[in-house]
Amino acid sequence: MTLKLFTLLLEAALSTLGISLVSIAIGFVIAMLLSAALLSGKSVYILPARLFISFFRGVPLLVQLLLIYTLLPVIGINVPGIVAAIIGLSLCTAAYQAENLRGGFASVPRGLIEAADVAGFTGAQTFARIRAPIAIRLTFPALVNEAIMILKSSSLVSVVGIIEITKMAQDLASSTYQPIPIFASAALIYFVINSAIALLGRYAERSLKGASA
Amino acid sequence: MSVPAIAIRKLVKRFGETAVLQDIDLEIPEGKVSCLIGPSGSGKSTLLRCLAFLEEPTSGMITINGEALGFFEDPTGRRERLPANQIRAVRTKTGMVFQQFNLWPHMTALGNVSEALKLVRKVPKAEAEERAMAQLRKVGLENRAGHYPSQLSGGQQQRVAIARALALEPKIMLFDEPTSALDPELTGEVLNVMRDLASEGMTMVVVTHEIGFAASVGQQISFLDHGRLLFSGPPAEIFAKPRHARLEQFLDTYLDRGASMLA
Ligand SMILES: Nc1ncnc2c1ncn2[C@@H]1O[C@H](COP(=O)(O)OP(=O)(O)OP(=O)(O)O)[C@@H](O)[C@H]1O
Ligand SMILES: [Mg+2]
Repeated sequence: MTLKLFTLLLEAALSTLGISLVSIAIGFVIAMLLSAALLSGKSVYILPARLFISFFRGVPLLVQLLLIYTLLPVIGINVPGIVAAIIGLSLCTAAYQAENLRGGFASVPRGLIEAADVAGFTGAQTFARIRAPIAIRLTFPALVNEAIMILKSSSLVSVVGIIEITKMAQDLASSTYQPIPIFASAALIYFVINSAIALLGRYAERSLKGASA
Repeated sequence: MSVPAIAIRKLVKRFGETAVLQDIDLEIPEGKVSCLIGPSGSGKSTLLRCLAFLEEPTSGMITINGEALGFFEDPTGRRERLPANQIRAVRTKTGMVFQQFNLWPHMTALGNVSEALKLVRKVPKAEAEERAMAQLRKVGLENRAGHYPSQLSGGQQQRVAIARALALEPKIMLFDEPTSALDPELTGEVLNVMRDLASEGMTMVVVTHEIGFAASVGQQISFLDHGRLLFSGPPAEIFAKPRHARLEQFLDTYLDRGASMLA
């Protein structure tokens, strides 16, 4: 195993990291929209949001990715593999993040919302300034956990033609006949990235706590 | 006669089958302190929450400074829900203070007090914080502006909550047992802030078990029992004998409780 091979793996790690972080961020925005829909009290919003969440939690990510990759061109949208990968991961993590947040939103004490009501907040203002910030604080560890899950699941995006860590490791292993050092290196890279996320998460959690608990 | 600060007419509130408020008629004059007393479960909080439109009356009508709150009901009993922005507009004439303070835990004291100014009144940040600071000064907490609710005592939290309500310059302040969640030694600081407010001529509706406060600061005392307004009048009248039998019984329980606390 040469430095050259390890560098190739590190480069592939950049696409793993890039695709995952972008998807987590987009997924978070979608999860917030889903939460707002679930809290709207209007079934025109609630039902589609519920359907979205059950679908993306109920279908394997691999199938979702293949479906998006093959479906989009059929309806006339030609997207590069990386876009299909980000769409697939974002929609999937959005469903899981929304499900995590649901518990947080349900635990926001009613009185805090009433205090916003009597102060004349609109529903959207109460959501943005009171409900969401508190729900995020309450479910933060689960959100960090979800970020780690997505980073690991991103190995599946090789099916839409993306060379990320796992795919690169497979290619290198078959061309060099050194599978063990290469897969061990890949494992190490995943481990380091996810440990860093977990650490950052704990740090962020503590500073959020400092600001409220 | 000037328009009363609050007029309640034939107010009924049901939760499902149970009528929690029945035919409440009450006028609260401007600039006066009106106290609601009565046994637990008699409907005091529900009545106050109707005044803040946190509960929607089943029927009847409430006007705030002559403006209909939430619903308009014509004499035939037909009623119409008012548009959301108008409900918000009438609502902002009142400020509310809760038993459990309900401060937003992720914002500092200053953040709690300035938030609605920025968000609802669209006051620029610097000015909003200046005005919020003035309110905190008024309740004696300017040196706690940067503290989060969890870093404040219950009494301090309740004073921040009062400052938060005052920041919007309401015409009327509603208090639901503002000292009930406090340790006895902390009730005084909150009651003092309320006394100051009363002496400035603020119209106040106070649900309270502090009979002493009601007797000394209240100018109108209303006694609720089983969802009915049994008595409403000046304190001299309500605390003087002879009284309504239920009121007598209620006040006696209080004296008993006070005595048992001494024993
Ligand atoms: N959301 C609700 N749903 C059903 N019943 C309710 C609801 N809120 C209050 N009640 C009932 O209405 C009655 C009056 O309650 P309310 O809280 O107004 O009493 P209260 O006079 O404030 O009592 P306390 O002194 O204990 O605070 C009670 O019997 C209560 O159980
Ligand atoms: Mg009550």
